[in-house]
Amino acid sequence: MNLSLLTPISEHEWHIPPTGQMRVPGIVFASEALVREMDHKVYEQITNVATLPGIVQASYAMPDAHWGYGFPIGGVAAFDADRGGVVSAGGVGFDISCGVRALYTGLTRKDIEPVKKKLADTLFWNVPAGVGSTGRLHLDTKGMDTMLSGGAQWAIKQGYGRPEDLNRIEEHGCMQGAIADCVSDRAKKRQQDEMGTLGSGNHYLEIQEVVETYHDPLPKQLAIKKGDILISIHCGSRGLGHQIGTEFLKKMVVAAGKYDIWLPDRELACAPINSSLGQEYLGAMRAAINCALANRQIVTHLVRQAFADILPHADLPLMYDVSHNTCKVEEHRIGNQSRRLFVHRKGATRAFGPGHSDIPPDLQTIGQPVLIGGTMGTFSYLLVGTEESMELAYGSACHGAGRSMSRHQATRQWKGGRVIDDLAKEGILIRSPSKRGVAEEAPGAYKDVTAVVDAAEEAQLARKVAKMRPLICIKG
Amino acid sequence: MDAGEPSSRWEHFPHDADMGIRGIGHSKAEAFEQAALALTAVSMDPNLIHPHLKKAFSCEAPDDELLLVDWLNALVCEMDTKKMAFGRFHVNLINHKMEATAWGEMVDQRRHEPTVEVKGATYTELSVHQLLNGSWVAQCVVDV
Repeated sequence: MNLSLLTPISEHEWHIPPTGQMRVPGIVFASEALVREMDHKVYEQITNVATLPGIVQASYAMPDAHWGYGFPIGGVAAFDADRGGVVSAGGVGFDISCGVRALYTGLTRKDIEPVKKKLADTLFWNVPAGVGSTGRLHLDTKGMDTMLSGGAQWAIKQGYGRPEDLNRIEEHGCMQGAIADCVSDRAKKRQQDEMGTLGSGNHYLEIQEVVETYHDPLPKQLAIKKGDILISIHCGSRGLGHQIGTEFLKKMVVAAGKYDIWLPDRELACAPINSSLGQEYLGAMRAAINCALANRQIVTHLVRQAFADILPHADLPLMYDVSHNTCKVEEHRIGNQSRRLFVHRKGATRAFGPGHSDIPPDLQTIGQPVLIGGTMGTFSYLLVGTEESMELAYGSACHGAGRSMSRHQATRQWKGGRVIDDLAKEGILIRSPSKRGVAEEAPGAYKDVTAVVDAAEEAQLARKVAKMRPLICIKG
Repeated sequence: MDAGEPSSRWEHFPHDADMGIRGIGHSKAEAFEQAALALTAVSMDPNLIHPHLKKAFSCEAPDDELLLVDWLNALVCEMDTKKMAFGRFHVNLINHKMEATAWGEMVDQRRHEPTVEVKGATYTELSVHQLLNGSWVAQCVVDV
């Protein structure tokens, strides 16, 4: 991105003054180096989002922002329904409520090493991954509708997990306002055999070791210490979310004229929140959030089963579950007013600061855990939301490293088998149904996640708690 | 990755997080066929797919570009729900209506070794246009 187009406010905050059709400024949170690395398309997408009706304060980009479709990945924008605000299917994306959850294990590396290979094989066997993967659960029409209304709460009632898991899931595991009837039969059909599956692409299941901790006493408050083994699960709403995104994008593009909405990019497809189409999308999108929460809950259960076979003394309580492709209704202070806003986070993590009422009571003093996925060869991070972030970007932070090169370039540069061998030499076991998929996801194809996380911290969007390195990665 | 005859071919073009697919053909219909091959090639080599099964598709949209996205998304949905892979296509276009046939088979994990599933075709870099040499181009970014 051309720095001359931005006004530096601080070392980690850059403003794009409103011009042309922009209703609000653009704000980028990143270091100068990260901003320079961003494609000019990110600039275009930030400024395009700023043109949408009812947008409040600014169109934001997180430190991992990269060229998405419509909104940038790493984009955050809030809309006020009472001021003509819109909800955008493109602003949520196809993988609705894709997210990350982390589990404690109570184990250390010396517990894992003797059984590492067996554990990797058992997890790979237990948790379906890859293109077209299906789960052992088949949902009929009634079961599907109940799942779409109940989310992780439904999954736990079906025996997939423990009631206490719900305390550590956003929305207590069940997104209110989901309307199964707003989800098409085709979307439901795509999902009927896909519950409890990882999917493909950048989705993963990792066994990680905490290699560094920061900002005492935050790690202790989150029951983390160096040497601990954690489990990280990254997946979303699978075929159902993809189909909902597809269908509503088209509906919103076609209806834009009717609602008198000018779209600088068709991918910004949106509808007024207070319209029948806007409400229909919100009902379907919330159902997809429940689908993703239920999916991660079932995968959690499958992981616990695998551990019970190999390391039966291990207990795997849920640390936290975050979603990073959503639109949620939240109260935020704008000036002296508290306003009810529809906050879109596309490839951005909710990062509420200490004291927020939506954070579980036992985490109230430290803020919401923010789980940042890295690559299969580098690091992931655990952070917590800050009070400052609530003022800066509606309590939001980055979600991952972001790609530095396309999948096409990656397959030219690396061979999957070689990547797997090289990582094995570093003590990281990879299991994947596709070697080309591994090449596309090679660690070198991603930006430096540490630079992204450091920028998020410097910008005061979130505070670092722990750095984790993978020991086993089941790659979708 | 790219393939086909110089005047009738498909190719992928870079996108930060996802993948661009482009079909080029003598006619608009052929460009749609080639775009479908490019879609398959995101996940696997189309040459490895045996044309054992046949599936008919019908799509209609307000314009050519929306029609392309509809066509690709119809294929994505069929591949996902039926676990199918398609390697051969025939498209008939009349105005903004399309009748198409796709040939393929059930995905064989071992033989096809699929890499990544396409979540959906997007409107990013979406274009259906004719080049000065008369060839047609049909392209967009797909989310993976």
